[in-house]
Amino acid sequence: MTMFKKNPSLMVFIGLLAIFTLAVTFMSEAYGTGALSTSFVKTLGKTLCLALVAIAMDLVWGYTGILSLGHFAFFGLGGYMIGMWLMYARTEIIVVESMANAALPPTPSEISDAIGTQIFGVVGSSDFPLIWTFAHSFWAQIALVVLVPGLLALVFGWLAFRSRVTGVYLSILTQAMTLALSLYLFQNDSGLRGNNGLSGLQNLPGADAISQDNISIWFFWASAFALLLTYLIAAFIVSGKFGSVIRGIRDDEARVRFLGYSVEGFKLFIFTLTAVIAAIGGALYYPQAGIINPAEIAPIASIYLAVWVAIGGRGRIYGAAIGAGFVSLVSTYFTGGQAPDINLGFYTIKWVDWWLVLLGLSFVLVTLFAPKGIGGLFDLITHRMSPNRHGLPLGPDKGSLREEEAEK
Amino acid sequence: MSNTGTLLEVSGISVSFDGFKAINNLSFEIGPAEMRAIIGPNGAGKTTFMDIVTGKTKPDEGKVLWGELSRNLIGMNEAKIARAGIGRKFQRPTVFEDQTVFENLLMAVKNDRNPLKVLFFRPKFKDLAKVEELASEIGLSDQLERKSGELSHGQKQWLEIGMLLAQDPKLLLVDEPAAGMTLGEREHTTDILKEAAKTRAVVVVEHDMEFVRRLDCKVTVLHEGSVLAEGSLDHVTQNQDVIDVYLGR
Repeated sequence: MTMFKKNPSLMVFIGLLAIFTLAVTFMSEAYGTGALSTSFVKTLGKTLCLALVAIAMDLVWGYTGILSLGHFAFFGLGGYMIGMWLMYARTEIIVVESMANAALPPTPSEISDAIGTQIFGVVGSSDFPLIWTFAHSFWAQIALVVLVPGLLALVFGWLAFRSRVTGVYLSILTQAMTLALSLYLFQNDSGLRGNNGLSGLQNLPGADAISQDNISIWFFWASAFALLLTYLIAAFIVSGKFGSVIRGIRDDEARVRFLGYSVEGFKLFIFTLTAVIAAIGGALYYPQAGIINPAEIAPIASIYLAVWVAIGGRGRIYGAAIGAGFVSLVSTYFTGGQAPDINLGFYTIKWVDWWLVLLGLSFVLVTLFAPKGIGGLFDLITHRMSPNRHGLPLGPDKGSLREEEAEK
Repeated sequence: MSNTGTLLEVSGISVSFDGFKAINNLSFEIGPAEMRAIIGPNGAGKTTFMDIVTGKTKPDEGKVLWGELSRNLIGMNEAKIARAGIGRKFQRPTVFEDQTVFENLLMAVKNDRNPLKVLFFRPKFKDLAKVEELASEIGLSDQLERKSGELSHGQKQWLEIGMLLAQDPKLLLVDEPAAGMTLGEREHTTDILKEAAKTRAVVVVEHDMEFVRRLDCKVTVLHEGSVLAEGSLDHVTQNQDVIDVYLGR
C-alpha cells in the first residue's frame, strides 16, 4: 500500500508503540513488577493522548497550513462530554445506595433531585440544565464526544473559511473561540459547574471494587490504541492525493483553487476531522487526569499544542507525536518539583518558575535554527538531506513550509 | 465541438481599482481551438482581464459568457470556473515546490475534485498513463521523482503548462510564458503551446514581440483597458494607434 511505502516511519512507530505499551504493562503495579507507580502510568497514558492531539494539530497546521490556536477547545469539550456521564452515573450509584435505607423507596424524581443537588450544590443549584439531558446514557455521551466538537468545528470552520480568513487572522479567530468557550464555562450558570469543573472522573461508575492500578493500565492501553489509530488515519490521509492537495493548500492556496479544487471544502474537512480526533483524545485524557475545569481550554493550552508540534517538527506525523511526548514529559519533570534547583549563590533557579522561560527559549531557538524540530534529527540518521533551495518559503502563503523544513 | 461558435465572449467588462479604470468596456471573443496573443504596454489590463475570466476579480459591470450554453462566469468562484474548463498559468512559475513532478501532475489530472473522492482516490492505469504522456510532452519524463522545487526556471514553467494540460481545459490562459527563458527553452515552449492550440483555445499574454511572432497567430492589442487593434501581427504593428502607444514614447 502507498501508505506504508510513503511513510517508512509508520512500521517503526507501530513497533515502538507496541514495545512501549508492553514495557509499561510489565512494569505496572497491576500487571507487572510495579516499577512504575500508578500515577506515573497515568502520566504516560495522558502523554499518549497529548501525542494524539498533536498529530491532529500537525494535520491541520503542518500539512494544511492552518495555524489553529483553538484545537484544545475541542480536546476539552471531548473531556467535558465524557465527564458528564462519569459524574452522573457515579453520583447516581452513590445516591441510590444512600437512599436504599430510607423507609419509603425513593421515586425517580427524588433520585434525580438528589443527584442534581450532589452535582450542582457547589454552584448553588440543584436543577439539571438542559445540556445534561443525555448524561444518564453512556452511549449518548460517547456520541456527543464526537458530535459537539465536530459541529462546533464545522460551523466555525464554515464561517471562517467561506470568508477566506487565513493566516494570522484565522489564528486570532481560533484563539477568540477557545477564550470565549472557556470564559463561558467559568460561569456558574453555564451548567457545567463553573470553575469547579467536573471532578472524580478517575472513578469509573460501578467499578469501585477495581483498583486504580488496573484502571490506569486499561486507560493506558486505550490511549495507545487510539494513538495508533490516529497515526494510521493521519498516514492514510497524507499519503494519497488528498495529502498532495492539502500540502498544496499550505504552500499556495490560490494555485490549488485554479486547479479546480474547492480549497474551503478541503480545509473544512481537515479542520472538522482533526477537531473530532482532538475530542476523542480529550475523552481519554480527562478520566486519567480525574478532573476537568475551564482553565484546561484557556487560550494558552492551544498555543502549547502549536509549540509541541513546532519543537517536534511540523509536516511529519511522528514529529508531532515526539514533540508532544517529549515536551509534556519534560514539563512534568520540571514543574513537578522533581528537578533540582540550581543555586547560583546570588540567585536560586527554581525550575517551577523558570520552566516556561526555558520552553519559550527552546521554541525560539528551534524556530530559528532547527525548523525541522526533533523530527529533523532522524534525517541525519537516514541521510535524508533537504535540497538546497536558498532558504525561502516554499509558497506564497503564510502557512507554507520553509525550505529547511521540507523533506526530500 | 463545433469550430464555428465562440468559446469565450467577453462583453462590456469594466473594473476600476480606487478610481483607476483597469478595464474599460472591454469586449472580445475567442473561438474554440484558436491561438490568440494579447499584447499591450504595462498597465493595459492584460493580467486584470485574466483575473476576471478566472474569477479572481469581480468586474463592476459586463458579462463573461462561456461555452456552447453561454453560461455567465461572473459570480462563480475560481475552483468552479477551473472545473468548467478554464486553466490558468501565472506569470511567475507556481508549482508545488515541496512535491515531486509526479505528484504535481497527478494532482492536476482531470478527476473528481470532491474532498471525499480525493481522499479515497487511487491512481488508475489511465491516470498514470496520462501523467507519463504529459511528462514526455513537456520534456520532464526522467524528472518525475524529483521535487519540483529543484527544477530549473524553464522546467518549472513547462511543468506548470503540463499541469494545465492535465486539467484538460477548453481554454488555456497563459501569462508571459517565455519570461526569463533561454532561446532554446522558448522554442520548446512555443512548440508545447502550438500543439495545445490544435485541440483547444490558448490565450497568451506576452510582452515579447519576438515570441509573439513565433506563435504566428491572431493578435489583440490592449491599451488602457480596452481593445486597440486586432489582427495578424504584421497588421497590428502597422496600425498607427499601436505605433503611437508602443513606439511613440
